[in-house]
Amino acid sequence: MPTTLTLDLAAAAPELFLACSAIALLMFGVFSGDGASRSVMRFSVAALGVALLLVILPLGSDGLHFNGLFVKDSFGDFMKLLVLAGSGLTVLMGWRYVEREGMDRLELPVLLLFATLGMLLMISANDLISLYMGLELQSLSLYVATAIRRDSLRASEAGLKYFVLGALSSGMLLYGLSMVYGFAGTTGFTELAAAFAGGGAAGASIGLIVGLVFVAAGLAFKISAVPFHMWTPDVYEGAPTAITAFLAVAPKIAAMALFVRVLMGPFADLVGQWQQIVIFVSIASMGLGAFAAIAQSNVKRLMAYSSIGNVGYALVGLAAGTEEGVRGVVIYMTIYLAMTLGTFACLLAMRVNERSVEGLDDLRGLSRTHPMMAAALAIFMFSLAGIPPLAGFFGKLYVFLAAIEAGLYTLAVIGVLTSVVGAYYYLRIVKLMYFDEPSEVLDKPIGRELGLVMGASAVAILLFFLAPSLIVDGAVAAASSLFAG
Amino acid sequence: MSSWPLLSLVTFLPLVGAGFILAVRGEQQVVARNARYVALWTSLITFVLSLFIWFGFQPGTAQFQFVEKATWIQSFGVSYHMGVDGISMPFVLLATLLTPICVLASWKMEHRVKEYMIAFLVLETLMVGTFCALDFVVFYMFFEGVLIPMFLIIGIWGGPRRVYSAFKFFLFTLAGSILMLLAILAIYIAAETTDIPTLISQQVRLDPGLQLWLWLAFFASFAVKMPMWPVHTWLPDAHVEAPTAGSVILAGVLLKMGGYGFLRFSLPMLPDASQFFTPLVFALSVIAIVYTSLVALVQHDMKKLIAYSSVAHMGFVTVGIFTFNQQGLEGAIFQMLSHGVVSAALFLVVGVVYDRLHTREIDRYGGLAATMPRYALVFMVFMLASVGLPGTSGFIGEFLVIVGAFQVSAWVALLTASGMVLGAAYMLWLYRKTIFGALTRPDLKALVDLEPREKLVFAPLIALTLFFGVYPAPLLDIMAPSVENLIRNYELALQPGTLPNLAALPNLAALLP
Repeated sequence: MPTTLTLDLAAAAPELFLACSAIALLMFGVFSGDGASRSVMRFSVAALGVALLLVILPLGSDGLHFNGLFVKDSFGDFMKLLVLAGSGLTVLMGWRYVEREGMDRLELPVLLLFATLGMLLMISANDLISLYMGLELQSLSLYVATAIRRDSLRASEAGLKYFVLGALSSGMLLYGLSMVYGFAGTTGFTELAAAFAGGGAAGASIGLIVGLVFVAAGLAFKISAVPFHMWTPDVYEGAPTAITAFLAVAPKIAAMALFVRVLMGPFADLVGQWQQIVIFVSIASMGLGAFAAIAQSNVKRLMAYSSIGNVGYALVGLAAGTEEGVRGVVIYMTIYLAMTLGTFACLLAMRVNERSVEGLDDLRGLSRTHPMMAAALAIFMFSLAGIPPLAGFFGKLYVFLAAIEAGLYTLAVIGVLTSVVGAYYYLRIVKLMYFDEPSEVLDKPIGRELGLVMGASAVAILLFFLAPSLIVDGAVAAASSLFAG
Repeated sequence: MSSWPLLSLVTFLPLVGAGFILAVRGEQQVVARNARYVALWTSLITFVLSLFIWFGFQPGTAQFQFVEKATWIQSFGVSYHMGVDGISMPFVLLATLLTPICVLASWKMEHRVKEYMIAFLVLETLMVGTFCALDFVVFYMFFEGVLIPMFLIIGIWGGPRRVYSAFKFFLFTLAGSILMLLAILAIYIAAETTDIPTLISQQVRLDPGLQLWLWLAFFASFAVKMPMWPVHTWLPDAHVEAPTAGSVILAGVLLKMGGYGFLRFSLPMLPDASQFFTPLVFALSVIAIVYTSLVALVQHDMKKLIAYSSVAHMGFVTVGIFTFNQQGLEGAIFQMLSHGVVSAALFLVVGVVYDRLHTREIDRYGGLAATMPRYALVFMVFMLASVGLPGTSGFIGEFLVIVGAFQVSAWVALLTASGMVLGAAYMLWLYRKTIFGALTRPDLKALVDLEPREKLVFAPLIALTLFFGVYPAPLLDIMAPSVENLIRNYELALQPGTLPNLAALPNLAALLP
């Protein structure tokens, strides 16, 4: 046992920087008054950008730090890049919306910074305690951000729902963590992995399995996988679109990274125990995501079910429980980031007479009134449906490859069949935009940032096939780093 | 010429044209005119380039030619591998030939011309790519990518029930082909490669038990695409609602992707399963031929009638493919190419009167021979070719298929041949109802005959139909070595015990001191 506190600050440079800048920005905002909210937003985006640079720079060594509470590896770095890019871009593109809706309070960017910090800690957690700390920092910040429009009934309701159900899931998670600690006698991932190596005596104990199930349930809630998805459609619909965009991107990626790290790290040798849970959750998510979305008439609700379905596909990779599976999850989440960012950029641009609209019917005839936006949204929809040569196809390709390699044929067949059902509602959006005549004309998209994010993600998805290796190689390195230890 | 990446040029040139059209800005009229001309010239240049493939092609060998290879996704082992052999090369030409014809046939289209032309050029890239791809993943990307432009073509420029038809087309095809994706992944895991020449050269022998499942997955995809009975129901809907040029491409090229898939993948890669499922294919094909011919007899819509005749003609193709003999296979390929020209032309023929009267009801027409004699002549040529009259290309394919089928089973041959009789019945009925009879309606009397643009559209198709009907040798010579090679490999694979030894040879050599 190490007795001295080993500090390797450089390894946690992005986290430390984000924490300091969030505190500094809070002070700055408080002292300069409410008028400074736009500067606070700009600075927070800049802080996220700098943190992203700090992740890329070779600071600190890979391996365990802070007495094994914190791990730095390629997997973590890759996922952190996604989270930081997702957070930064959603804050940037959502800000004008936030201002128009009169919720440009300086707390908002600071809260989102803290949430992002929590996500980074989740990704790097190597101990049940640091896992929980990161998760709660993220969740608590997001509960408040969801309800930031205090005068809106729907937003408050969404925030409350999110908080109550989130607290419930945190409770389950905490209960599971204490069970695991009770039966394994340690909270460190490394020690846990050693205890379960080869599925030894401790591996089979029933108390531990109960703990594992509760941990999985708690984490499934955070990635909004079925049957712990019920908060998602309400929160997505109720929260202001800018916040929904934030919720849909970075937290999902961070929670998925955490799920992968927990299951493939300490519980890797219990794969036989958790694989069936993940398979069930995956099938249920894909199925519900596909079938429940058909009846939706609100775009944000539809995207909520779409994200449930997408989580199901990502879990197909995790269910394989192999390095190829993790690679598939990483690729899938990267492409999910681009698709979701782009789609929400389009949703943020949906305004009629200075008022935000979110009905599917408001997209009618978009290709006549806003051809570029319609083309971009069509690209996102075809990509979400998994049609080649768009990027979404590659995401599905890699997760199903992992599933087939692991012999999970039933899962793969169910997965592709639900994706046909899912294709139906994505196509419905294309149909509304291209086959129908316009009813009311949407306003011009507000702000260059929106157009930029929309265009950049559309181009990235459209041309992904030219150089898939850029992402795939990174994902290969990320996945192998998780299996190196 | 060999240093030129000819196949990539032919494949991606239409995309360049689409990019140009995308960049055109200005008045709506000007944009539309420019879009038409850019699309026409791009597709014509593509066609001329594809002629270089035809003339540069070495007959007499089953090797893949004009091969291009570049690494694409290293960690997956997938490479951008293109090449053509005697089976795929004619289909490339079919696709490049029909695209300019489609552009020309849609010259009067006024609704969203820019997007229309882009859709057709993108479609051409995907079609050509499907036939050239020599890597499974690359093939799948082209094969499946076709859905996007075709969905938009049916949905935006289609008839009253276009939305329903577009969705049906998309979801049917997607459901089939996505199972093929899983089969491709399973083959990749079993054989550790997605390179088509390696997989079809019998160096890898898949476990027969696994083959059955893989074959069914492929079958799901190709049977929907062909389409075979009973999964053909999307085709009449799609054809009826699609704009004329959309029907032309659908019948002319897209249906052939299914047959091409059987020839390229099912037979050579899964020989045991192909043999096992032959009775199933024969049964479905014969049902398709007889049943859909009967259904065609009671149609009131011209396009629907031709759509059902397509299903019947594709039944001939599947019978031919699964006879596993030279005549049957060559007949199937020839029938696909011939049908690609003839049915495309028939849809254009319907399009000519639809443009004038905006109806496809057979009862609305009659006596057109009086006002449109040239049109009647053109219609007659393609009608007779569809029936399979000797001297037209339709005869060669159907005759060879029946000859091939007789070597396997007299019953199959007999029932297949009945399709020719029924085909004559519904096509002649259609012709009589529309062209002959009394000219009573006043709007029919005012119809004008073919204009020069329409003559230009039909001229090459008539020439091809008659030329290959009289002298099919150029096509048969090109495909013969590839077909022979396919049959040889197939028979070799089915002989027990030969292959494992061959495969083990290099290992033994390595063991020897």
